[in-house]
Formats: sequence, structure tokens, C-alpha cells
Amino acid sequence: MGLLSGLRKRLRFIYKLLLRKDKLKIGIYGPPNAGKTTLANRILRDWVGDIMGSPSEIPHETRRVKLREGVKIEVDGKSVTIDVVDTPGLATKIDFHDFMKFGLSEEEAKRRAKEATEGVIEAIKWLDDLDGILLVMDATEDPFTQVNVTIVGNIEARKLPLIIVANKIDLPNASPARIKSAFPQHQIVPVSALKGINIDSLYKVIAEKFG
Amino acid sequence: MNLISKEKLSKMGSMEKIRMILDTVKEGKIVVLETGLTPEEEAKLIELTMLEIDHENFIGIEVESYPYREKSIFSKIFGKKQGRLTVIGPANRLKTLEKQEDLIKTLIT
Repeated sequence: MGLLSGLRKRLRFIYKLLLRKDKLKIGIYGPPNAGKTTLANRILRDWVGDIMGSPSEIPHETRRVKLREGVKIEVDGKSVTIDVVDTPGLATKIDFHDFMKFGLSEEEAKRRAKEATEGVIEAIKWLDDLDGILLVMDATEDPFTQVNVTIVGNIEARKLPLIIVANKIDLPNASPARIKSAFPQHQIVPVSALKGINIDSLYKVIAEKFG
Repeated sequence: MNLISKEKLSKMGSMEKIRMILDTVKEGKIVVLETGLTPEEEAKLIELTMLEIDHENFIGIEVESYPYREKSIFSKIFGKKQGRLTVIGPANRLKTLEKQEDLIKTLIT
């Protein structure tokens, strides 16, 4: 078993060395309101002094994929240059009435719902063009949602490197341990993208895993 | 509620399965699949669901399945994921109450 595992690691290293790309496209995925755009903004602000977009408490604020090329992350002598792909939140249902609860008119809510459905399709299509995934989960919520199970399954099926970002650890009821027990086979990094808590650990893992 | 056996599912192609699921769910019925869908089929089901949401009568689906498990040596070698028992219904009729690794509690209204 140990021999096989060692061989697998060596093969993976050779494979990475031979097929190493100058730039990697890293997708930020997750359900709506997990903090994907907040994380994208944090990464961009820290490394290129820019932001990706405006986050909102209304679900499906990001309804088009946003791309920021050439973000160089350097940690402890290791560096990786990535294209950050911020994707719309994935969902299996979109009800315009949910948006009206946030004060949107029926017309606005229906338009938002239509754009959100298109955004979900676009996010799924992007999975085929990526080199790695940051899957953002809200650490205050139950991680065993169908969206999380489906995303993890698709990432595993495509054999893409995955880092699960347990976000919102600044909130009192956050439990990254719950995410760890739900997806024990993957690396979990607890952070608060909003407050920047433990964000350096995430950069270190990104440089190690994607670099 | 339609309960679809492993044998019937194994004879169906991906698109055939997805079409059957969506048509049945849009009629307001619940579909139970003995072996579920592969991750790729689930993603395709979500894509087609998004295309068919009309914002009036059909607002999407609720899918309940367990995390994927690599079972056979074949699946371990070729990385083929085997789907597990899956329940799919209209989002306005099927609601998740609790979900754990090996237990799913849902409410059908």
C-alpha cells in the first residue's frame, strides 16, 4: 500500500513537472451567499490591490462569471500565478419570490432569477476549463447540501485539485469541524474572507497545492 | 412517487435518464432512483433544470442523495463514481429536513 502510494506521488510529481502551466485557472465555487466574491475580493486586494465585484446579502448577486488574470501569490519562497474565476452560486432551484423578500420589485426579482439560472449554467460549463477549485462553504451552515455534494463529486470526477474554504469563521456559530467531518478526504482551510482571519494559511495552501 | 430500479436505470443513457426525471418532476411527482446519478449526470440535470425554470409553475428541483462512494476495484482504477440512492422532486414539494452521511430526512408536501 505504502509502495503504491509512494509511486502514485512520484508519478503525480513527474506529471505536474511535465505539464506545468505558466498560469493556472482557479475557480471559486460554492452555493449562493457562501462568500465567494468576498474571498475573490480578498485575494485580489491582497495581491493586486483590486477587487472583483460587490458582494451582497441578496442571493445570486454574481450572475456572470468574472475573471481576473495574472494574480501572483508568493508565500515562503513558493509562488503561483493564477487566473481567479469568480463564479455565480450553484443551486438546484431559483424562486423569484425569495428576492422579493429583500425588497426587489416583482419585475426586478424575475429578471434576477432569469439571470441567476443562466449564471448557474455558465458556472457548470466553466468546470471543464479549470486547473483547480476553491470550494467556499459557509461554516455556519450544514455542509451536507446537495449542491456541495454535487460540486465535490464533479471535481473528484474531473480529478481537479480542490481546497475547501470553510468561510465565515468570525461568526459565533461557525464550525469548520463539521465541514471536515463531512468531506474528510479533502483539505479544509478555515477563514474569514471578510475579516481576513487565517487568510495567510489559505495562501500557503494555494501556493503548495496549485504551485 | 416513481421508484426506478437499478436494472431499468442501467439500460438508460444519461440524457434519457435526465429527461425522464425532469418530465416526471415537472408533473409534480417524486422520483426515487435506486442507484442515483453520476456527478456529471447530476451537473447536467442542474443545467437542464435551470433551462426549464419558468418562474411561475416550475422553480426547480430538490435532489437528495448521499455522497459518492468508490466501491469496486474497477471504479477505483478508472475513477468511475457509483451513484447512490437518490430522491428528486419539485422544489415546492420536497424539502430537506436533515442530511447526514448515511441518513436523509425529507418532507414531502
